[in-house]
Amino acid sequence: MTSPSVRLVGVSKHYGTLHAVAGLDLELHQAERVALVGHNGAGKSTLIKLMLGVIRPTEGHVEVLGVDPAHHAFAAVRMSMGFLPENVVFPPSMTGAEVLSFYARLKRQPVSRNRALLERVGIAAAASRPVRTYSKGMRQRLGLAQALIGEPRVLLLDEPTTGLDPASRQSFYEIVAEFGQKGTTVLLSSHVLAEIEHQADRVVMLDHGRKVADGTLSDLRRLSGFPTCIRIGLPSGVRFHPELPAGMAECRDLDERTMEIRCSDASKLDVLRYLLDAAVPLADIEIAPPSLDDIYVDILRRMAAE
Amino acid sequence: MRPVLIMVGREFRDGLRNRRVVGTTLLMAALSLTLALLGSAPTGTVGTSALSVTVVSLSSLTIFLVPLIALLISYDAIAGEVDRGTMLLLLSYPVTRWQILTGKFIGHVCILTLATILGYGAAGVAVSFANGVAEQGAAASFAVMIGSSVLLGAAFIALGYVVSVLVLDPRTAGGIAIGLWLFFVVLYDMALLGLLIADQGKNITTGVLSVMLLANPADIYRLLNLTGFSNISTLSGMAGLSAQVMLSGTALVGALVAWIVVPLSAAGLIFARRQM
Repeated sequence: MTSPSVRLVGVSKHYGTLHAVAGLDLELHQAERVALVGHNGAGKSTLIKLMLGVIRPTEGHVEVLGVDPAHHAFAAVRMSMGFLPENVVFPPSMTGAEVLSFYARLKRQPVSRNRALLERVGIAAAASRPVRTYSKGMRQRLGLAQALIGEPRVLLLDEPTTGLDPASRQSFYEIVAEFGQKGTTVLLSSHVLAEIEHQADRVVMLDHGRKVADGTLSDLRRLSGFPTCIRIGLPSGVRFHPELPAGMAECRDLDERTMEIRCSDASKLDVLRYLLDAAVPLADIEIAPPSLDDIYVDILRRMAAE
Repeated sequence: MRPVLIMVGREFRDGLRNRRVVGTTLLMAALSLTLALLGSAPTGTVGTSALSVTVVSLSSLTIFLVPLIALLISYDAIAGEVDRGTMLLLLSYPVTRWQILTGKFIGHVCILTLATILGYGAAGVAVSFANGVAEQGAAASFAVMIGSSVLLGAAFIALGYVVSVLVLDPRTAGGIAIGLWLFFVVLYDMALLGLLIADQGKNITTGVLSVMLLANPADIYRLLNLTGFSNISTLSGMAGLSAQVMLSGTALVGALVAWIVVPLSAAGLIFARRQM
């Protein structure tokens, strides 16, 4: 087991009376894609700024690639970090190619590799046009290209897909996945949970600067106990009331032809087996595991209740 | 050093692109040519050359114009980037805050220098062409004027950075920058004059007056240009003052340089400690 790429131990960050991050422990490993989720103001951006060394923690210790961001040796670490800020902006009069060569030179990387990067993110054709003429999606792609300069070992992406259309979003995640496979640690923050559902190996949930959950998506599903929803469509005229064993599931009619059965993730196979054995003339069946959104809301509700 | 040069390149190129350089140069050239051509008309047979007259009128113009241009270039330098969110990205790169500030400063001073040399140079060339050979020293005082205009501009750029790193909000910074300009360029001299009249020479000695003049970069510039050369000090009506205030040219240049170094260092220290 190699040492973690990013390590935070008991980190707090206070702005006056506001506790943006409160006593947080977190480890990110090599080749791991971690999603940082939480509503606006939960502390996601603050956490990323702490990892970048732009701000210092009030308490606790931060380490990226084995170096404290406050240490002067961190400049070398910055060469192998990539960052895409939320709402990335570039000087409007500069062309895409110029923007990228400015950042490549700051990172001491050969400008000659920029062409390939621009092609990779799909804006090579617009490279010689001023950024002013770019669409939101193109600017975001340029932002990603900038973050990928010099094959970073740690990639921090803050709300990277806000404002992207579904196709751009998909190609965006493809590139991120490709880097993840190469061994890069990827941290991506988002408040749109649905879209990162299949893009992360691990999900870290934040609320009011605290870590409320940390694990794979199936871990979180188990943790939340939010029911899986099975909807069955019945042919018209057929009324059906399954007599499921008590405590196994809850049934209710949604309308004339649709019935919803809610059961725990563990018992869903039993419910299905029962339905098939009962020889009901099923017209349709749909199984919806709890989405990340459901889990998130559920976990937050439980945190509030405690 | 390398990151500083990269920053200089970006600022300068950005200045060229957004037509800041072109705009400033044209403004300075238009005003200085107007002054030079109108101002050189009445010299006739007085015995001073048109170039000396031009130095006097251009210096008076500079005191108003250069600080304003410098502050307008600089107030946005840090605050604007923080506001637009580009600063956060820049800080994630292997470049220190001192390097960012120094790079921006050199870039902005380059823009101002280029505009001053081209803008005022145009007037100098035009006047020389129109009136032939100037008397001895006129060309030297013209060169001093251009050089000190750049120093004056650099001082106000540094002051603009202090505002920019202090407030981190471009709108507030803009307002404060205009306030600074009004204070140093307009109000300070009026207040000083009022004080001198009210005092009737009782308490304010020459030494105190010198300190008061050194406390304003615009006044240092005025002393440097309007009293440094005898033909010009007579012409500008500053002869009386220059006889009173005994400050050498070196001391004045030193004071002007201090007006650059001190605010720039202050801006750097504040910026380095600033939470983003």
